[in-house]
Amino acid sequence: MDVNSNKYTIGFSLVMVVIVALILAFASESLKPMQKKNVEREKMQNILQSVGLTVTRDDARENFNKFITEQIVLNEKGEKVDGLAFEIDILKEYKSGGQKNFPIFIYENNGAKKYIIPLVGKGLWGPIWGYIALNEDKNTIAGASFDHKTETPGLGAEINQGWFQAPFVGKKVFDESGTYQSVKVIKGGAKEGDLHGVDAISGGTITSKGVEEMLIRTLKTYEPYLKS
Amino acid sequence: MSESLFSKKNLKLIKDPLNDSNPITVQVLGICSALAITVKVETAFVMAVSVIAVTAGSNVIVSLLRNVIPSRIRIIVQLVIVASLVILVDQVLKAFVYDVSKQLSVFVGLIITNCIIMGRLEAFALANKPWASFMDGVGNGVGYGLILVIVAFFREIFGSGTLTLPGIGKIEILTSLAENTGYQHNGLMILPPMALITVGVYIWIQRSRNRKLIENH
Amino acid sequence: MEYINIFVKGIFIENMIFAYFLGMCSYLAVSKTVKTANGLGLAVIFVLGVTVPMNYLLENYVLKEGALSWLGQDYAGIDLSFLSFIMFIAVIASMVQIVEMAVEKFAPALYGALGIFLPLIAVNCSILGGALFMQERQYANIGEATVFGLGSGVGWWLAIVAIAAIREKIKYSHIPAPLRGLGITFIITGLMGIAFMSFMGIKL
Repeated sequence: MDVNSNKYTIGFSLVMVVIVALILAFASESLKPMQKKNVEREKMQNILQSVGLTVTRDDARENFNKFITEQIVLNEKGEKVDGLAFEIDILKEYKSGGQKNFPIFIYENNGAKKYIIPLVGKGLWGPIWGYIALNEDKNTIAGASFDHKTETPGLGAEINQGWFQAPFVGKKVFDESGTYQSVKVIKGGAKEGDLHGVDAISGGTITSKGVEEMLIRTLKTYEPYLKS
Repeated sequence: MSESLFSKKNLKLIKDPLNDSNPITVQVLGICSALAITVKVETAFVMAVSVIAVTAGSNVIVSLLRNVIPSRIRIIVQLVIVASLVILVDQVLKAFVYDVSKQLSVFVGLIITNCIIMGRLEAFALANKPWASFMDGVGNGVGYGLILVIVAFFREIFGSGTLTLPGIGKIEILTSLAENTGYQHNGLMILPPMALITVGVYIWIQRSRNRKLIENH
Repeated sequence: MEYINIFVKGIFIENMIFAYFLGMCSYLAVSKTVKTANGLGLAVIFVLGVTVPMNYLLENYVLKEGALSWLGQDYAGIDLSFLSFIMFIAVIASMVQIVEMAVEKFAPALYGALGIFLPLIAVNCSILGGALFMQERQYANIGEATVFGLGSGVGWWLAIVAIAAIREKIKYSHIPAPLRGLGITFIITGLMGIAFMSFMGIKL
């Protein structure tokens, strides 16, 4: 047979396309459940991390089901609406023009309730994200965890380290008169006793500012719910 | 096949790329997709294994098909084969070593345009039997992986004072020194440009030992 | 403003060569003289500027989960993203072919300058890299994607022209024999990368 004839070339490409498509579709379908499980378990791990609960990937689902007792979806006015909080991709919600939905997760352990709010924002190089947990008064911060993909190692990348995250604990979102303050990341160090400021990372100013902006913007959208 | 599977000739196909015709330091192929992931030994290792799988796999497939591929669409057929293998590798990584696959991000996809792979397909697999092509693919993949792991070793140990080995996890090597004696980790090593300089130094050492590789402008 | 920001970032901060080492093969092979380096660099700008928006459309209207919803509700759940590598490379390879033919027909002078480089570009990692970064960073609209493509291209052009100029001069220096050629090029590229890192943090 003439390997270089037009008929053969077209036939060869058709057969190749069909075979390749079948193999890839099969592989993708059969591996999808495992990939999805990985993504879900990582999200659960991150949510629990914000209340200081470090679990392994394998125990994530078990612990998540045990401690996260309620998952609520809120609309922009802070009212509960129907929906699956865990499935919401908040990045899409912030970008979408129409009706926005915001998830909130409620953690319960020995009667103590904590409210966990997902955050997304921009660092110096790319996206940063995290979770912040509030105590039952919906005001005092119980814990925070942040992460990033591409921040500068040793500088901005430190936002996922304990020394940056720990000072958030005990800070307050609202001041005494109930005015919205959020928590600021202060360059050069926060004053002692400042209830609305933590130390910035020296040399990682833009990433620190990104964290601050992310907190201010996100918590603001939850304000109606937190005050109710 | 009349000659044995591990005859001298076949073993040479594996050994040569490790030194005399190393794809990175001598043939200058395939540096693109790789150096960015040499911050940790573990990611470099996973990347190396992925590349070996793709070079060996695509070499064998192309070699098997070498007599039936129409020469006019040769390149596109090769691209399709390589791209499909890379997609398979990517899907498998996402399913089984999720954390590493996150760090590799776009660089797994970039294996497709890794010049080593297309280079070996054109230069070797199209004209040789499957087994020899397999050995050639493995050899070049390993030669490439070797550089990755060496670069990653130096960058990680001097940059963060640890070694993250696949299967074992993070080993602290210089961190106690840093805590007790005021030794500072060289943060520069983690930044991208140092990967290039590390490879440059590696080439320097390799060529001073093996002087026949020296270029005369 | 966002456009300028992405453009400048693509050139100086997220430079394809210095920050991600993409397109290193042709960067090292074709950087012996400024003239050829310039030709290849321009071809890369051009191809990145065309293929990144093309792939952006493909990604957002065909491949992404829910991207096919414009065909009707039945198609909304389809996720073809596992095909993205193969689709991107197919688009790039065919675009390069089409561009080559079009340039040859309509702009012979440009073809004379870029012609021999165009086929090389299909397997230049920076082109596929541009598509994959576009996918990962999820640009908001096609304008941002185009600007990102052009910016990355200009960054690549700048890098290759700069190294070619240095290599032309370095021929006259006494470099230790084992470092000659490849070794010193790597080290200089690394030093240039360190210099480029001082652009870090620029935000417009």
